Amino acid sequence: MKFERKDILGIQDLSVNEINLILETAESFLEISTRPIKKVPALRGKTIINLFYEASTRTRTSFEIAGKRLSADTINISSSTSSVVKGETLIDTARNLEAMNPDVIVIRHSAAGAPHLLARLVKQSIINAGDGAHEHPTQALLDMMTIKEHKGKFSGLKVAIIGDIEHSRVARSNIYGLSKMGANVVLAGPATMLPRDIEQMGVKVFPHVEDAITKADVVMMLRIQLERQKQNIFPSLREYSQRFSLNRNNITLAKKDVIVMHPGPINRGVEISPDIADDPSFSVILDQVNKGIAVRMALLYLLTGGSE
Amino acid sequence: MDKEGIERCLTRIAYEILEKNKGMENIVLMGIRTGGVFLAQRLQKKMSDIEHATIPLGILDITLYRDDISASKKKPHLGETKINFSLDDKIVILVDDVLFTGRTIRAAMDALIDFGRPRMIQLAVLIDRGHRELPIRADYVGKNLPSSLWEAVRVDLVEKNGVDEVVIEEET
Repeated sequence: MKFERKDILGIQDLSVNEINLILETAESFLEISTRPIKKVPALRGKTIINLFYEASTRTRTSFEIAGKRLSADTINISSSTSSVVKGETLIDTARNLEAMNPDVIVIRHSAAGAPHLLARLVKQSIINAGDGAHEHPTQALLDMMTIKEHKGKFSGLKVAIIGDIEHSRVARSNIYGLSKMGANVVLAGPATMLPRDIEQMGVKVFPHVEDAITKADVVMMLRIQLERQKQNIFPSLREYSQRFSLNRNNITLAKKDVIVMHPGPINRGVEISPDIADDPSFSVILDQVNKGIAVRMALLYLLTGGSE
Repeated sequence: MDKEGIERCLTRIAYEILEKNKGMENIVLMGIRTGGVFLAQRLQKKMSDIEHATIPLGILDITLYRDDISASKKKPHLGETKINFSLDDKIVILVDDVLFTGRTIRAAMDALIDFGRPRMIQLAVLIDRGHRELPIRADYVGKNLPSSLWEAVRVDLVEKNGVDEVVIEEET
């Protein structure tokens, strides 16, 4: 199968075949990061711009390392040190970057749809590194790669996603992806953090975390965005932690070989108790980070082509 | 060339490798994906049978080292590279099915150097069809098959296509 896309904007419009191709390609890239010389010449002479309008450690570093291990030149732009502070619009910034002839622009933006706007506007390949509460496709792909490695398949798996679904692009991308691949996705979280009509995405919603994680193969905890407390979405961290955290007690409800995932950054003791997050018999959180580089290498490799 | 022909070539190459290197000490085989891998596995078995010891076998995917990779619009499928041993001070026998322009071997040598510093790299191929574009030659050749540029040489192996044969066909 050939990969025909110009951009990676979301999981929603990827086919099962495309997801499989990306995951298989990424699996081949894993080995490069274990070599004594962690670099291959595949993208020599290509330029990748990381345009980040929101804070990020993992995703931005991961994209930068992925590009560098493929021998591409990577440039990072964060909004705080760019002309954005002088009032330049996204469209103007994009046109100016386009004039510098990069090959790929990776963008993270707080507005849903910003990468799609860019993709229509410029001829370069656009990769969505997170747009508002919409999608975060590379995170979902690395999550799927981690699940595939540990479970060997997707069909029939029970995957519980717990927390602030409403504001989570990670949740949305994973729901699209995992459902497509045949997994059975269930959600739990406070009513104020569950979008209305979320069942239309083909998922089951539970009010209590215990119901969602019972017999689960995978438990994915979402970060509670602490700044949301001001919006009166949840009364206190302590109450949230008592009702919705993953801990020693409730994890026993899940399957014995359950894996625990978290997109990071984690709030220790809020959505996940530290002893679970650090327990290698459950937690694959750092494994996810490791897979992230391979997934991003695969996407950069598949997207950058010649002119013919 | 048929099944027996291929087998006889590989048996001879196995003996030649052992003769030239005076045994199998420090020798590792490296199959180039995909055709070379099956041939390397067969050589491994033959050489192990002769010397009653196992020779390490690695698998090399050279896709990321190709010189036409950034020019091609559609990216070729990437296979896994598997080298579970150090190449330092080893005699690496690169194995491929057809030696043609030499560009694949150039890419393979670049890839090998990224894994360590072999003492020596030697090249074994089943078919040498000529038309080199780079200064590269094989140390062990199954059969020289002078062919025109308008022909294609296809090596079918049981492991891949269910049959052992080498055929020359018109380029379509």
